[in-house]
Amino acid sequence: MIEVENLTKYYGPRKAINNLTFQIAQGEVVGFLGPNGAGKSTTMNILSCILPASSGTARIKGYDTFEHSIELRKIIGYLPETPPLYPDMSVRDYLMFAAQIRGLTGKQTGSAVEAVIEKCSLKNVSHRIIGRLSKGYQQRVGLAQAMVHDPDILILDEPTIGLDPIQIIEIRKLIQQLASSHTIILSSHILPEITQICQRVIIINEGEIAAVDSLEGLTASLRKSERLSLTVRNANDDIEKKLNSINQVLSVLPGEKNQFLIECALNSNLQDEFARLALDNQWGLVEIKPLSMTLEDVFLKLTIEEKDVEA
Amino acid sequence: MRNAWIIAKRDLGSFFNSPIFYVVTTVFLIIYSFIFFNILNFFSFQSLQAGQLQAMGMNLGLNEMVIEPSLQNMSVILLMIIPIITMRSFADEKKTKTFRLLLSSPVPLREIVFGKFLACMIVVTVMILISSYSIGFLFLLGEPELGPIVTGYLGVLLMAGCYVSVGVFASSLTDNQIVAAILTFGFSLFMWVIGWAAQAAGPTTGQVLQFLSVVDHLDRFLKGMVDTSDLVYYLSFILLSLFLCHRVLDSNRWR
Repeated sequence: MIEVENLTKYYGPRKAINNLTFQIAQGEVVGFLGPNGAGKSTTMNILSCILPASSGTARIKGYDTFEHSIELRKIIGYLPETPPLYPDMSVRDYLMFAAQIRGLTGKQTGSAVEAVIEKCSLKNVSHRIIGRLSKGYQQRVGLAQAMVHDPDILILDEPTIGLDPIQIIEIRKLIQQLASSHTIILSSHILPEITQICQRVIIINEGEIAAVDSLEGLTASLRKSERLSLTVRNANDDIEKKLNSINQVLSVLPGEKNQFLIECALNSNLQDEFARLALDNQWGLVEIKPLSMTLEDVFLKLTIEEKDVEA
Repeated sequence: MRNAWIIAKRDLGSFFNSPIFYVVTTVFLIIYSFIFFNILNFFSFQSLQAGQLQAMGMNLGLNEMVIEPSLQNMSVILLMIIPIITMRSFADEKKTKTFRLLLSSPVPLREIVFGKFLACMIVVTVMILISSYSIGFLFLLGEPELGPIVTGYLGVLLMAGCYVSVGVFASSLTDNQIVAAILTFGFSLFMWVIGWAAQAAGPTTGQVLQFLSVVDHLDRFLKGMVDTSDLVYYLSFILLSLFLCHRVLDSNRWR
């Protein structure tokens, strides 16, 4: 559905993105992950037909985002990092305006606005002035304007930025509901968000793609060891030494509250060994738990390792 | 043009909901009324000496003595008021990042520009229409000629259109409303006084400068004449400013 090829964008002499190439299938939920200034928003702006690329192509349903921008904008809903809200308008008036400039007419407009108000749980505030709403509600209104014309593709740039934890959960739930019926591109530098919502991750760093894969795929390809967490009741200085003495243990890191993070060789299956050691030495075994690689690990590994290679 | 009207309607709602419109309109009406009644008072004084003046071969008429100078003065007040109306057009949209909503909508840029122009133009027209109570007042007092009044107002509206188009263009250059207002005022004033250099310049350059002056074209409208060259001048001025605004906004996307 979305095909991006060698996409490059310059702002003056500065290269914001460099030769990005990726594809997104219909109905997929894809996360753009990267630090601030990595080029996520620029890529999204190009896909939303707002900015032209300096070189390369971005096609949606076979149409070029620059040459057929007016037609494509009808099937794209875009929520920029700062929601484009007129603070002096009421929620309903604003959504009516958003629907009308997206080409909806007559009764279509009213029913689309009612539907999106319902979907985004804005009924209680629909007559209130946007400028007086909480940040969470404003973000919902921003999301509602992106969805009001029922677009096939939703492009959401950091949709949970600046929200409190409860608001973040609410917005995430809403996006998860939308995922069933839309192709969604979501950017974030909050990693758990991507893990929870997206099927596939595109990691962008310094304007270039560092990796494109599912989280499981990325984890598997980067994993050179496995990690376990061992928690005991009676911690002492000996534990670290004894754990390190086991053959396939690569490193032991003491964690919080009598917890030890143990890195072992791949497929070493040392859980039994650790349990035996804990019982023999009366450490008071509480828990042995395998740890999966988090997206933070993946991200740091990709971005830092790249830098190391360059250095 | 449906989209332009939708955008204009939104902007109009914003104007009429904000105190700026009411403050600006009140100030405009107070200054205009002050000038108008002073001119009318002067006219009454002159009327007392009408016999003497007629003996000197001078003709006293409401059109020449009251309406023409009042509209001339109105065009000066508009020069100062219009930058305050147009400064928000794009500068505010850019500052509050709402411009992205328009840019991500299936609306061609030219319709966005025209919508912004239309909204400001409607606001200015409403202000001018309210001020026309003064003409109604004159109809109660005497019998002014309707023709020059209609052409005079048409001229003022076209001139206001030039200021508005410059204002919309200036607003596209920056995200700072004050800067936009100053640029609008500066450029409009320059186009007002450009004709003053005509005498110092050579005959050909002088003629060109005279032609470029915004105020020179208004004079004929105030005297009841609608010259095609004046119409072409004002419409070209407006279209050129809006075209430049379009180019600036379009080029912003490339930079």
